[in-house]
Amino acid sequence: MRVIRACRELGIPSVAVYSDVDRASLHVRKADEAYHIGPAAATESYLNFDKILDVAKRSGADAIHPGYGFLSENAEFAQACSDAGVKFIGPSPASMEMMGSKTRARQEMEKAGVPFVPGTSRGIESAEHAEQVAEKIGYPVMLKAAAGGGGKGMRLVHAPGELKSALEAAQSEAERAFGDREVYVEKAIVNPRHIEMQVLADEHSSTVYLGERECSIQRRHQKVLEESPSPIVGPDMRRRMGEVAVRVARAANYTNAGTVEFLVDQEKNFYFLEMNTRLQVEHPVTELITGLDLVHLQIRIAAGEKLPFRQEDIFLRGHAIECRIYAEDPDNNYFPSPGKITLLLSPSGPGIRRDSGMYEGWTVPIDYDPLLAKLIGYGTNRTQAMARLTRALHEYFVGGIKTNISLFRRILSDPDFQAGKVDTGYLDRLLKSQPPDIRRDDAEVAAVAAGIFAILDPTSAVPGNGSLSPNPRNELASGMATSGWKRAARVEGLG
Amino acid sequence: MVYDVTIDGKRYRLRLERAGAGWHCRLDGREIEVDAILVRPDVLSILIGGRAYEIKREYTATDMHLWVGGVSYLVELHDPRSLRGRRGATADEQGPRKLLAPMPGKVVRVLVSEKQPVEAGQSILVVEAMKMQNEIKSPKKGVVQKIVAAEGANVNPGDVLAIVE
Repeated sequence: MRVIRACRELGIPSVAVYSDVDRASLHVRKADEAYHIGPAAATESYLNFDKILDVAKRSGADAIHPGYGFLSENAEFAQACSDAGVKFIGPSPASMEMMGSKTRARQEMEKAGVPFVPGTSRGIESAEHAEQVAEKIGYPVMLKAAAGGGGKGMRLVHAPGELKSALEAAQSEAERAFGDREVYVEKAIVNPRHIEMQVLADEHSSTVYLGERECSIQRRHQKVLEESPSPIVGPDMRRRMGEVAVRVARAANYTNAGTVEFLVDQEKNFYFLEMNTRLQVEHPVTELITGLDLVHLQIRIAAGEKLPFRQEDIFLRGHAIECRIYAEDPDNNYFPSPGKITLLLSPSGPGIRRDSGMYEGWTVPIDYDPLLAKLIGYGTNRTQAMARLTRALHEYFVGGIKTNISLFRRILSDPDFQAGKVDTGYLDRLLKSQPPDIRRDDAEVAAVAAGIFAILDPTSAVPGNGSLSPNPRNELASGMATSGWKRAARVEGLG
Repeated sequence: MVYDVTIDGKRYRLRLERAGAGWHCRLDGREIEVDAILVRPDVLSILIGGRAYEIKREYTATDMHLWVGGVSYLVELHDPRSLRGRRGATADEQGPRKLLAPMPGKVVRVLVSEKQPVEAGQSILVVEAMKMQNEIKSPKKGVVQKIVAAEGANVNPGDVLAIVE
């Protein structure tokens, strides 16, 4: 939808592709042309190069915008587009490949003088060696298995006395898990922030940065809420981070829009994590504070145009915060909650941007990531942006399915969030804490409304029942009475 | 009209009569000044003593909820004169209980067999949606009368999965 809108604004006809379960999706309804490419399974539709390129050929498309899912970071697909004579709106396959490999990216970026979390990039030989390295970079340090992943072979070491035994434990665990006892030492970043820098590069060697995004509010390594600017980044830090990000992009011969991710410690030291070689879900916050349209610029860059501004022309203004609205059940551990949207009341008004893919009557498919919409609040400062977003979240109502809208109300009313005190562990801590009490003093209003509904609107369809009798819910409700624990869970989840 | 309304488990007696453009309303015998319009299906604008509320109605597969502000209230509504309403109000703990699919998905496992005794809260089947598995539990102690949904079956919200007697 985001790309279709940009195309229409630029007078470019758009072509959508869709799988079996996406026929009714908004992008298919709104594109100029739309073609079916296969079954729900992404491997046979949205990840199938041949089918997508076949549609490009049949429709006469000049270029493909890969969005931000599926093939958007797939270098082979970018190459296949190039071979088929279709412009891939994004970086070159070579840049994508370099950034796709962690070890290659690290080698190249070290050459370019990009800061990494201090430590050894290769295995350590002995306990003495580990002690020397740890002394140099400072405790706490993290021991990590070179072949590792998933926390196996990892040990956090707070003081020199613990190092030797931790090293032996990490080595034997690594050997058991990966058949390789190689372990390296890295500085442990306690309560890091995740802050990323937007970059934009044309095909004429001009590269700029467009400010950072604070993305520390995450759950299961998925971003939930993002904002720009970051509450802890000032002009000097922004310039230093931006210059490093531009250096990263140049070292990769990068073109088009990209994002350089950093880990930031409590002393505001920042370390390169990785580069995302696509447009990010959270790009609207950058658009709002720079006044630029990143998708327009992506398309113009891909068409060979030069960037219409230089670094010194870019000014940040105001503050923007984005909430990712998901079809998830807050009462059930944020489990996906697909289904039919029976009622949708959407917010609007000052400082609100809503990029939504849902509509009333649409059934959220069970097959893909359940992102429904992005709600972005914008204001002259962070306080105003928060106030507008909170107000809009109270206007938002999605009926028929569960969403995480209540989670954002809780985050926005949390004193730590309001003070900008967030790190990557913030959301897990918040969800473990006691939810604020909810005043439930409108029960009598609900009782009166229930009766008036029964008289004025008795025949509204009941999903999953199909019956249109005046009080179909009585039978349903008695078939499975709601128990006290379910009610309690619902009350808790409403925080 | 007279209704027995249960909100989050608390019962009210509601008497409603149209009076011109407005309503005569008594809740548990107390007179309440109410003005209400249906602004669209499932959305009611109510003024109670001058205070404005927008009420949203939502059904799940099993329940009706009314949202007042950001808070959801579980609602059961019975017409005390209706036979079905009376039966519905008392049938909660006795008789067969249907297990309904809470979401669209696929039955990946059936954990019990027919005629098997089960405890309240015991898992009966597992429904998978969006690669996440959700256990469907027995609402009561009893015997599995019937397994309606087989392993591998695709189900929609409200579909009967099994019946516990």
